[in-house]
Amino acid sequence: MVNFWRSIRFTMIFAILLGLIYPLVITGIGELLFPYQAQGSMVKVRGQVVGSMLIAQPVTNPGLFHPRPSAVNYAANGSGGSNLGPTNPALVKEVRNNLQTVLQQNPGVSPSQVPPDMVESSGSGLDPDISVQDALLQIPRIARATGLSQAYLQGLVRQYEQHPTLGIWGTPMVNVMQLNLVIERRLGKG
Amino acid sequence: MAKNSNTLTPDILRRAVWESFTKLDPRVMVRNPVMFVVEIGFVITLLLTIDQNLFGGHYSAGQRGYNAIVTVILLVTVLFGNFAEAVAEGRGKAQAESLRRTKTDLYANRKRADGTYEQVPATTLHKGDIVRVEAGEMIPADGEVIEGLGSVDESAITGESAPVIRGAGGDFSSVTGGTKLLSDELVIRITVDPGESFLDKMIGLVEGASRQKTPNELALSVLLAGLTLIFLIVIVTLEPMARYVGKPIDVATLIALLVCLIPTTIGALLSAIGIAGMDRVIRFNVIAKSGKAVEAAGDVNTLILDKTGTITIGNRLASEFVPVGGHGAQEVTEIAAISSLFDETPEGRSVIDLAKQKGIAFAREDYLQAENVEFSADTRMSGLNLPNGTIIRKGAVDAIQQFVADQGGSIPADLGEQTERIAKEGGTPLAVVKGTEIYGLIYLKDIVKPGMRERFEELRRMGIKTVMCTGDNPLTAATIAREAGVDDFIAEAKPQDKIRLIQSEQEQGKLVAMSGDGTNDAPALAQADVGLAMNTGTTSAKEAGNMIDLDSDPTKLIEVVSIGKQLLITRGAITTFSIANDVAKYFAIIPAIFLTMIPSLQSLNIMHLHSPRSAILSALIFNAIIIPLLIPLAMRGVKYRPMGATSMLIRNLLIYGLGGVVAPFVGIKLIDLLLATASHL
Amino acid sequence: MTVAGSIGILVIIAVILALGIPLGGYLYRVFSGTGSRLDAVYRPLERLVYRAVGVDASVEMSWKAYLRTLMLVNFVMMVFAYLVFRLQGRLPLNPDHVPAMPWALAFNTAASFITNTNWQNYSGEQSLSYLSQMIAITYLQFTSAATGVVAAIAFLRSISAKRSDSLGNFWVDFIKIHTRLLIPLAVVFALVLVGYGVPQTLQGHQVAHTLSGAVQVISRGPVASLEAIKQLGTNGGGYFNANSAHPFEDPSAWTTVLEMIAMGLIPCALVWTFGRFIGNRKQAAVLYVFLTAVLVVGAFVIYANETRGNPILAHALGIHGVNMEGKEVRFGPALSSAFAAITTAFTTGAVNSMHDSLMPMGGFIPMLFMMFNLVFGGDGAGLLNILMFLIITVFLSGLMVGRTPEIFGKKIEAREIKLATVAMLVHPFIILAPTAITLTTQLGKSMLLNPGLHGLSEVLYAYTSGAANNGSAFAGLSGNNVFFNLTEGLVMLFGRYISIIAMFAIAGSLAKKASIPASSGTLRTDTFAFGGVFVAVFVIVGALTFFPALAIGPIGEQLQMWASLGH
Repeated sequence: MVNFWRSIRFTMIFAILLGLIYPLVITGIGELLFPYQAQGSMVKVRGQVVGSMLIAQPVTNPGLFHPRPSAVNYAANGSGGSNLGPTNPALVKEVRNNLQTVLQQNPGVSPSQVPPDMVESSGSGLDPDISVQDALLQIPRIARATGLSQAYLQGLVRQYEQHPTLGIWGTPMVNVMQLNLVIERRLGKG
Repeated sequence: MAKNSNTLTPDILRRAVWESFTKLDPRVMVRNPVMFVVEIGFVITLLLTIDQNLFGGHYSAGQRGYNAIVTVILLVTVLFGNFAEAVAEGRGKAQAESLRRTKTDLYANRKRADGTYEQVPATTLHKGDIVRVEAGEMIPADGEVIEGLGSVDESAITGESAPVIRGAGGDFSSVTGGTKLLSDELVIRITVDPGESFLDKMIGLVEGASRQKTPNELALSVLLAGLTLIFLIVIVTLEPMARYVGKPIDVATLIALLVCLIPTTIGALLSAIGIAGMDRVIRFNVIAKSGKAVEAAGDVNTLILDKTGTITIGNRLASEFVPVGGHGAQEVTEIAAISSLFDETPEGRSVIDLAKQKGIAFAREDYLQAENVEFSADTRMSGLNLPNGTIIRKGAVDAIQQFVADQGGSIPADLGEQTERIAKEGGTPLAVVKGTEIYGLIYLKDIVKPGMRERFEELRRMGIKTVMCTGDNPLTAATIAREAGVDDFIAEAKPQDKIRLIQSEQEQGKLVAMSGDGTNDAPALAQADVGLAMNTGTTSAKEAGNMIDLDSDPTKLIEVVSIGKQLLITRGAITTFSIANDVAKYFAIIPAIFLTMIPSLQSLNIMHLHSPRSAILSALIFNAIIIPLLIPLAMRGVKYRPMGATSMLIRNLLIYGLGGVVAPFVGIKLIDLLLATASHL
Repeated sequence: MTVAGSIGILVIIAVILALGIPLGGYLYRVFSGTGSRLDAVYRPLERLVYRAVGVDASVEMSWKAYLRTLMLVNFVMMVFAYLVFRLQGRLPLNPDHVPAMPWALAFNTAASFITNTNWQNYSGEQSLSYLSQMIAITYLQFTSAATGVVAAIAFLRSISAKRSDSLGNFWVDFIKIHTRLLIPLAVVFALVLVGYGVPQTLQGHQVAHTLSGAVQVISRGPVASLEAIKQLGTNGGGYFNANSAHPFEDPSAWTTVLEMIAMGLIPCALVWTFGRFIGNRKQAAVLYVFLTAVLVVGAFVIYANETRGNPILAHALGIHGVNMEGKEVRFGPALSSAFAAITTAFTTGAVNSMHDSLMPMGGFIPMLFMMFNLVFGGDGAGLLNILMFLIITVFLSGLMVGRTPEIFGKKIEAREIKLATVAMLVHPFIILAPTAITLTTQLGKSMLLNPGLHGLSEVLYAYTSGAANNGSAFAGLSGNNVFFNLTEGLVMLFGRYISIIAMFAIAGSLAKKASIPASSGTLRTDTFAFGGVFVAVFVIVGALTFFPALAIGPIGEQLQMWASLGH
């Protein structure tokens, strides 16, 4: 019985310590040291939040880089992947649809050039990054839609390419939001 | 006990076959959960042979034949298991029967209250009864000689044909029922009630009636039951999963898979291994009062051995004659020899032998007129009084010194020095005196039995520490300990020292074995984890120990340790083999079951078995056949070689683990080829 | 597979092992009473906590008292969490107005977090208030890890005890785990994560007006504080539905590497602590070597399968290369594979890619690791499983060398084997039985997203994950119904507590035994030969039990896939 009351006292005290004080302390210090990250790396354009650097958003504009396919339609309040198994016929169907979209939007691209990440859904549905190959394949379309030169856009991709950490962790890639913000700014919208 | 019982007679085999069937009684089978599951499987498939749609489904007529074959194989599997046990028991039973024959028709002359004797059946004798036995009669029950001295033939129990002397008083007074008095007459006080005699106990032991599972066997049984349960779950749940993927599995096949996976090999042989282990001990002419004792022997960390009779041959022998006080070697040798002329003890004989070797010529006849003075505990010396009045003695140095001093003689100056030298070297000095003059010393030496050094070396490799117990002084003890190669010794040991040593070793968690025969050894025998009592010893010693050596050879402890280890290893090896077998069986059965649903699983059929059914049946047949094939191994035991634990683990794993993985691949493939050929014909 | 990717995987594992050694030594000093330099700082603080909770730190507990207290406090905390989930709609700190959880889901979630499983039948951003995320989820992520660690520590005390009844004081151990290990590590790690982009805020969701002119509602919250203990405590329950695949939980390659290290840290350290407790570092080193070998092999099997990609897509659509379905670009195949292996080896259950979309043999390894449940395993629970299988291995190999088996000087007898067998038996039972039941029911079959053998894998994976207290999922399975919430909830509870109870009973009987000094006849357990036998035993016993199910699950799927392409 003694231990029962102790258990209740422990539960209450530690719930407050670990469930409230600990996260609040982290929140306080976090907001103090890293206010931008703590808020979710939000990007503001002319005072208005247009999204997060870390979260993919739906892009329909042919003049901007498109993120990877999302199984949850870029719902940033309901993340998730397709969860389709490798031998599921529905996976073939989904990837075929994505491939068709890519081929339609980017005429001149052949299926064998398409990197898997460009047509396969990401795990979170919110993957903010695309492979360099994906970005390069989109350049002709963006150039046509915006009038920016392909060379400029290629330079942009090279400039913002993120290399593997320490050369061993990660894959070469670019952040879609980062590129699109530059394009918007260049076009005078940003 | 018959020593030539290590062959299986047709009689034993015939009876074992019969018992394989009587043991099918579920009340008996349930004691062995693994094989009981097989028996239940057999009943179910039997029902399915009668009606193949008993549990639903619409099976073709071909299913019935298949069910029938599975049924037969399952039955055979159970029978093989029972046979193994029956064979192991059979040998004991045969021995028990011959013992029992000895026991029946015994009559005894019991003393009435008025002192006269009446003839009664031996079975009516009770503790405290007094009986008289005459030469040529059988001793009717265990007891204590209270009058007389006689030679007894104990071969019925020990297998040893040389008669032994039994007499009133001392450590040789206990007699065993069923042995035969060859000479003289004995009056015996019975010490046991009917049904409790040594013979009764032995019959119980060899028959396995009083066999209890040893702790280790119990632990293994639990593990095996656990594995059986796990595989039962695997099989029961496999059915709905298979149904989900669209390929329901018929019940007979599920049972076949289950029986293949549960550890039937070890399950069938487990009790046979235990019985055979006991049996091996018995064939060494050691009676273990329980299997636990045998198993404990395999675990022993410390071995306590008496010096005399165990490490050294029982008697000290003369090895040197040492002159003192300016006498010559020739003189002292001569006096020593004369002093021992009528000394029939081994020590005495060894003095004569050594003197002869030294070239001293003398004739016993010359001294026939001399008066022989026997050794007595009082004087502690022996010798002759020559007709001319000359006194010749040999004896303990201090006793002789006293003797000489009393007669007014002088003690040579170098006597003390020489005495000390001999003692330091581990010998026993005896002084020889003629008249009042001390001529010199006989150097009596303890002789370490041949081969003991090697055996202790062997024990050390097994990780067993040896401790020698002796009443000698520390100097002598140290020398012999060094010579014999034991790890430690206790000198001037009193019985309570032994108990203290055992307790302190046990305190550290070690298991201790010792041997003993005297009444004063009894407490230590009881305290030790393995107490090997000598059959020649007192009743109390035999009761205190948990093993009795019928040959009364204390060095047997070492063999018993090996047998104990062998028993465990055999169990471990067959368990490992049994579990490792499952790998191949899976590769035979799983592709077979799911082949029609998932044709690509064919690539798991690495044995390329003929057809799904032949694959399942081959695995099942292999599973059954392996049991009788391993019976000889179970009976004989896995070979034990003293070596480090890790290297032994690797060795046994390679043989039984890897062998257990590979053997069924070969075996199942062969059976499958045979089945395929047979079905073509 | 690339050289850089392979080196990347090996370096992560090497760092985990290297950090485990000093941390293991530190834990030994804290719990063996050897004393550490930080005592002066901690003692007054802890005395304060003891007084608040009402603990008498000098009391020594028998195994029964220790276990009873452990169970009791776990029960009370589980009820507490259940109530929070049921009442969250009416409690403060709920800026997104999340309603109360239904009872079955609340039970499942409370069971899931008290058992260190963190199976999530809900999606965090939609079903939990900030208060629930903090005071129920984050809180239990500390205490469930602490429960596992104290259970392991208590067991280690029993091995080093000599004829004693005491396993220490539960409250003292339980509180020390928090003050001396989990809280300091979590605070540091949480702040590092914030710095690398993991949000930590009490402001509600952010409404963004996207570049394409649409509206996007971005969920956020106190993520970093949860994320830190989620990994350190081998919990795995994420803040968001997508778990560590979500960019807010794991924003970069660097953070995912740190998260993997955090998962492996304590389980590895405990293996070392074990070596220190028995005074035999070589024993720990041998376990390190063999468990690491299993882990590395597993990681590379996944990596190889994922980089080879999906042959069906290559064949049908001409898409060649890495299988990126369910993966994030910032992690790529190497870090995704390493994460899948580590999260299941250390039974954390966090995922940075969707396991349901792994290639069949890629998904086979996580399942296998959870079935083993001891490739280091979760905080504390992993070590207990290692010890349980060591006992079984010692028993079998002891027989092979002709001695009554002993482990670390303590004799293994029928009682220990009985209990270890029970602990061993539970695992296959609670995986296979509910899997079979689920597959026979209409409701069960309706939960599956993927057809055929992969569907079977989804169910098998779910219960394996629950039984191993892992929490990762083949997430296509939609299990939020009363049947699954209850069965999975019970599987998690049984998987956790039955083996803890059995191991405590073993601890109790080992503690009482005298310790036998080793001799040349003793079977040494700190040799590579024995390590090999240990692996063989757990692989064979583990694989034999699950082989039929795996054969018609991932193995069958892989073979079918090859067959359909004419291999």
